[in-house]
Amino acid sequence: MQVDKRINIKGLVCPYTFVKAKLAIEDMEIGQVLEILLDYEEASRSIPKSMEDHGHKVLKVEKINDTDWIIQVRKERE
Amino acid sequence: MEFTEAQLQRYSRHIILPEVGGKGQKKLLNAKVFIVGAGGLGCPVGYYLTAAGIGTIAIIDNDNVELSNLQRQIAHSVNTLGMPKVESAKRTFEALNPDVKIVAIKDKITKDNILDLIKDYDIVVDGSDNFPTRYLVNDACVMLGKPLVSGAILRFEGQVTTILPREGHCYRCLFEEPPPPGLVPSCQEAGVLGVLPGVIGALQATEVIKLILGRGDILKNELLIYNALKTSFRKVRVKRNPDCPVCSDFPRIKELIDYTEGYCAIR
Ligand SMILES: [Zn+2]
Repeated sequence: MQVDKRINIKGLVCPYTFVKAKLAIEDMEIGQVLEILLDYEEASRSIPKSMEDHGHKVLKVEKINDTDWIIQVRKERE
Repeated sequence: MEFTEAQLQRYSRHIILPEVGGKGQKKLLNAKVFIVGAGGLGCPVGYYLTAAGIGTIAIIDNDNVELSNLQRQIAHSVNTLGMPKVESAKRTFEALNPDVKIVAIKDKITKDNILDLIKDYDIVVDGSDNFPTRYLVNDACVMLGKPLVSGAILRFEGQVTTILPREGHCYRCLFEEPPPPGLVPSCQEAGVLGVLPGVIGALQATEVIKLILGRGDILKNELLIYNALKTSFRKVRVKRNPDCPVCSDFPRIKELIDYTEGYCAIR
């Protein structure tokens, strides 16, 4: 999967996890993929849900080690 | 422009709304709003617009803070008694949000200064307490094609309407001329429930924010009437008058008018 932008939001908690992710995807083009690295467990569930509520496509949610998750989202609309 | 860390925190509840987002918040931060009056309506309008991060807010009023204002004019306090209302409001708003540039104008708004004062602003909010100013602000906004969010309060009832000149109605489409001074409630009759301007001012601030964001429905061709005793809201449809003296295609009023005094202002 080609990733167009990566952000690292480790150390952030809600709602700033989503604030950062949302601002990142706002600046991208439709069809591009954002990859988010985070370590706040609740956000590993809430960010995918909020991204889908905003009309984007969640491609992947993966726990990559004891503390971190990776989420990939494709921008579907402005 | 990038958000600072402090702005991300301050505006986070806006940014996570799909209808606002970072883009909408930046629109708010770049907007310029002109408020007529630093009284019952101007205080909550300015307060909430400051909290929302409107870039520049100008506020004009010629009065000083009196104790009788404090029952409803929430930007003022016992610490600012005797001070110009605009200066008192500026201090309060700047303490809430230093992002916002507050332009305090201690002056009376007249036919000679209004066009110059409002010309560089995106939206005008009328929070004045008298008919001469209401008509002056309406006519000036129609002449310049500026959106105007108008509010009015008396006793337990308040009204809000949003005027988009030539796209919808204007104030003169509703009432061509101000009522004669004798028909306006006298000072003894002109009580007002202190919380009422808070409700109406918050509605006006909401209209301003939606106009800036370009989201939602606004009170174009509508008058919203709130009754605090009945706890009722009602919307009245209003139409643009094709023969309106100021906003029709062939207006009779081509110059601004300062109606004579003789109207009672609620202090
Ligand atoms: Zn009209």
